Amino acid sequence: MFLIDCPYCKESRDQNEFSPAGEAFIARPQNPEDLSDAEWADYVFYRSNHKGDHWEQWVHTNGCRKYFLVKRSTISHEIIKVAAFGEVTSDSEL
Amino acid sequence: MQKKYSWYSLLKAGFSGQDWDQAIPLVEPKSKYDVIIIGGGGHGLATAYYLAKECGITNVAVVEKGYIGGGNTGRNTTIIRSNYLRDEASSLYEHSMKLWEGLSEDLNFNVMFSQRGVYNLGHTLQDMRDIERRVNANVLNGVDAVVVDAKEIKEQIPIINTSKNARYPIMGSSFQARGGVARHDGVAWGFARAASILGVDIIQNCEVIDIEVEEGRVKGVKTTKGDIMADRVGCVSAGHSSVIAKMAGLRVPIESHPLQAFVSEAMKPILHTVVMSNAVHGYVSQSDKGDLVIGAGIDGYNSYAQRGSAKIVEHCAAAILELFPIFSRVRMNRQWGGIVDVCPDACPIISPTKVEGLYFNCGWGTGGFKATPGSGNVFAHTIAQDKQHELAEPFHIDRFTSGALIDEHGAAGVAH
Repeated sequence: MFLIDCPYCKESRDQNEFSPAGEAFIARPQNPEDLSDAEWADYVFYRSNHKGDHWEQWVHTNGCRKYFLVKRSTISHEIIKVAAFGEVTSDSEL
Repeated sequence: MQKKYSWYSLLKAGFSGQDWDQAIPLVEPKSKYDVIIIGGGGHGLATAYYLAKECGITNVAVVEKGYIGGGNTGRNTTIIRSNYLRDEASSLYEHSMKLWEGLSEDLNFNVMFSQRGVYNLGHTLQDMRDIERRVNANVLNGVDAVVVDAKEIKEQIPIINTSKNARYPIMGSSFQARGGVARHDGVAWGFARAASILGVDIIQNCEVIDIEVEEGRVKGVKTTKGDIMADRVGCVSAGHSSVIAKMAGLRVPIESHPLQAFVSEAMKPILHTVVMSNAVHGYVSQSDKGDLVIGAGIDGYNSYAQRGSAKIVEHCAAAILELFPIFSRVRMNRQWGGIVDVCPDACPIISPTKVEGLYFNCGWGTGGFKATPGSGNVFAHTIAQDKQHELAEPFHIDRFTSGALIDEHGAAGVAH
């Protein structure tokens, strides 16, 4: 169990208040009609499942109910960085 | 090494101070094999065993990062059943069930398979409709299943709470009489021993650090004990499947999550069967040793840490107490987590890959233990013939591109 700093509430709160919401930076394709089946599969089903530092989305379910970004180690569960959407725009900082 | 256990060998050892030979020889890797299996869990060892026994390929190495029985095989809640809804899934799990039924004899090793029955409870009208649908599908597929009502459940399990005043009252359940439990690490030891006798090298404490691929063909693996060459490599590495796939430049549609379980202190026999509930989300059985074996759900976040959140344990304990108020004072002894490889459709991937000679058997998620013999069996044939076993065909990795998913999520008895 870990504490998460909600970037909107500006408070360090118990993980129980939050829900994980999947890997971050998975953008919906801008050109859906042009996508091949393989590209759709990639968007819908394939994730990095990275062992190490992982950018992901969390939602403050029992708080402000807003989504935000968390960079967290999937080995130690250590939270390395928390950011509001827009503050970080790609996984280049991984 | 002792080739065969029998009542005579037991008697003899009893009179000679239990002087047993080592069951699984400790070996160092050779430089080349016909087939390498990455991952010495139940599924990997079963694959090696059936390769040697049924496919005539005995020059096989099983490469295991830790020790035999130390991964998910020794961390699950040992439940075995085959009452899946979809034809593809139920055929595969029923294949496995049939192998379980003769496994101790086949392996010459007591895996303590106990067909004590499995109840999957329903708590709402919709639960009961789903249960009836699944039971009917099971019967059509030749899998034993019946629907039982709350009264009958109470007769069979007097300590269960069937009160109408419960928050989620029990309305009925499905029951598979052939379901049950087995000794989980015994299954790993049994397969390991039987495979060793047939000539398979089981190499423990040997971590794969890279997979050698040349011109789209697999050449072998680099390990912490040196390079090992093979034309065919099967990956059966559960929670680390994505990590292994990456070594070969591949991706798998899998995310790794922690799944937790806990056991109580040992008690006198009180629960003679397996009870699972999807709605309140908990499952419980009592081991032969006497401890209650309780399984929880997965944490929603990705993890490779072999531990999960306290809230999952709390949620699960609440569910078990809802079903069995009598357990409220039972003290818990141990709690742990394993890393499960969850597929989008909650069904496994048993498949060749874009790399020639490289095969994957993964994505079993939260329910792989019950499939151990069946999974190894169909995967062995898939590797030996370089062609998917008939029962494995629907589980090709291409289903995520074609859209032919096998939608077991929520359709099976429970998600485990």
